[in-house]
Amino acid sequence: MPRFLYRTLFAGKIKKRLILLRMKKIIDFIVQENKKLNDDTFLLVLYSPELPEIKAGQFVNVKVEDSPSTFLRRPISVHDVEREKGLLYLMVKIAGKGTARLATLKEGDNLNIVLPLGNSFTIPSGRDRCLLVGGGVGVAPLLYLAKELKNKGMQPVVLIGIRTSKDIVLKEEFEKYAEVYYTTEDGSYGEKGYPTQHSLLQESFQHIFCCGPSPMMKAVAQYAYLNRIDCEVSLENMMACGIGACLCCVNDTQKGHQCVCTEGPVFNINDLKWQI
Amino acid sequence: MCLYRRTSIQYKRFEMADLNINLKNGLELKNPVLTASGTFGYGLEFQEFIDLERLGGFIVKGTTLKHREGNPYPRMAETPSGMLNAVGLQNKGVDYFIEHIYPEINHIKTNILVNVSGSTIDDYAATAEKINSLENIPGIELNISCPNVKEGGMAFGTSCVSAAEVVKAVRKVYHKHLMVKLSPNVTNIQEIALAVEAEGADSVSLINTLLGMAVDARKRKPVLSTVTGGLSGACVKPIALRMVWQVAKVVKIPVVGLGGIMCATDAIEFLLAGASAVQIGTANFIDPAITVKIIDGINNYLDENGFHSVKEIIGLIK
Repeated sequence: MPRFLYRTLFAGKIKKRLILLRMKKIIDFIVQENKKLNDDTFLLVLYSPELPEIKAGQFVNVKVEDSPSTFLRRPISVHDVEREKGLLYLMVKIAGKGTARLATLKEGDNLNIVLPLGNSFTIPSGRDRCLLVGGGVGVAPLLYLAKELKNKGMQPVVLIGIRTSKDIVLKEEFEKYAEVYYTTEDGSYGEKGYPTQHSLLQESFQHIFCCGPSPMMKAVAQYAYLNRIDCEVSLENMMACGIGACLCCVNDTQKGHQCVCTEGPVFNINDLKWQI
Repeated sequence: MCLYRRTSIQYKRFEMADLNINLKNGLELKNPVLTASGTFGYGLEFQEFIDLERLGGFIVKGTTLKHREGNPYPRMAETPSGMLNAVGLQNKGVDYFIEHIYPEINHIKTNILVNVSGSTIDDYAATAEKINSLENIPGIELNISCPNVKEGGMAFGTSCVSAAEVVKAVRKVYHKHLMVKLSPNVTNIQEIALAVEAEGADSVSLINTLLGMAVDARKRKPVLSTVTGGLSGACVKPIALRMVWQVAKVVKIPVVGLGGIMCATDAIEFLLAGASAVQIGTANFIDPAITVKIIDGINNYLDENGFHSVKEIIGLIK
């Protein structure tokens, strides 16, 4: 069929359907499980039959009920999705009153969530070697990414930086999809030091995906920049709306102030203004 | 069967209270619910959550003559039952709005108002004049109350003389509905409202955010990059209600109430205090579909209490 005819006849309809499929939704999830992973980290398993399509790197905005000091929603990255079962996994670290309230959720409770939000990691084509670097609770979005990469036939490598061996969480889950390496600051597990000091970095990679504390991401970005490796980082700024309306969560980029909630949370390091 | 259905629909229509509000000079609302500028983007951000055409109208992000980058991050802080923001009118300028955003939204069948801001009187007038030519924009909201810019903004809205000067200059070049957004950071808001009314404002909207501040004790630093910011959310509602009530008593033009409206009951309280319409602001962040819930809530309240029109409850509190 000639291209112009195809465009006029079907393109509009298909586009509309695609938009419908990707629509953001406000959904009341039911808590299926709240699993304590260590002292301050927990895993929420949430169920909804309406679970929309979610991509690796996207986040959700969670409503925290019953507290005047938690007025706004809490942005939390998607840890894993089992779409056919309607399950959404969120790994949360207690950082303040909002996340502390979420930690008290029990099986059967409702949780109101706006999702899916933000852009996503760029899944490379072919058989490129990908390194996923996570620090602390920054590993959260990397599991779903590792899963997607594995599904594309790649063999991702995950490098996780933590303080001590007690901070190891969901190691077996990561091992399902990737080779997993650790660094600990006290040397109690894996190699001692920070992820950027790991011997793994002697090998060659085509892509790096990183999420964690800002100093770690900057160090990884510097390594990637010096070695000319394509690198994406997932940022976390304070947010109000999560949908690009309030312009509160901006990050300074080469294109000016951009919202982390809509133009991010995933940014290529070349678009940022980091001093690296 | 078909006949039966039709009658049942008609019956339902009959039950609907009349929500129409005419704010005069070309601004007729199908219901009294608008959205507050800066909390609703350009409307498009919310179209996945609600049918924009159900709204009485929406007010797009503060627009200035030239592109503005806004203030550096951090621009927001959560506070008890509210939030502080210091966005600083980030926008791409009025020309960008006319060329790129207006064509995307002008088909939406509701009232779209542009919030206009500036750092000089000439800026305000030039921006308003450009928007005057847009067919599907029935009015502007003149922002003389933004607390987050160094020049202009709130400086105009805190003295009767300068507030009157801006309104006078804009009134000369802008002929459609002119709503003026007032600052609560003043000693006597009634005087300011009367001053802008005298210069030809068609309506006043209040309140803009209250000047506030947040401190991070752990870092021993202010939370916001600008130190101070504008407070909004549920915590400002009592102040907003008081000011709406005070202003509605003295002006003859319609008053649009906003500040901390989180649910339909809050909106009804503003109507009772004398507001002819309301704007929903920060609540949009917590529930992107809140506006339609508020419209339905107002309708239910009117039905349940035997009112046929929303006009019957406006200003019941003397």
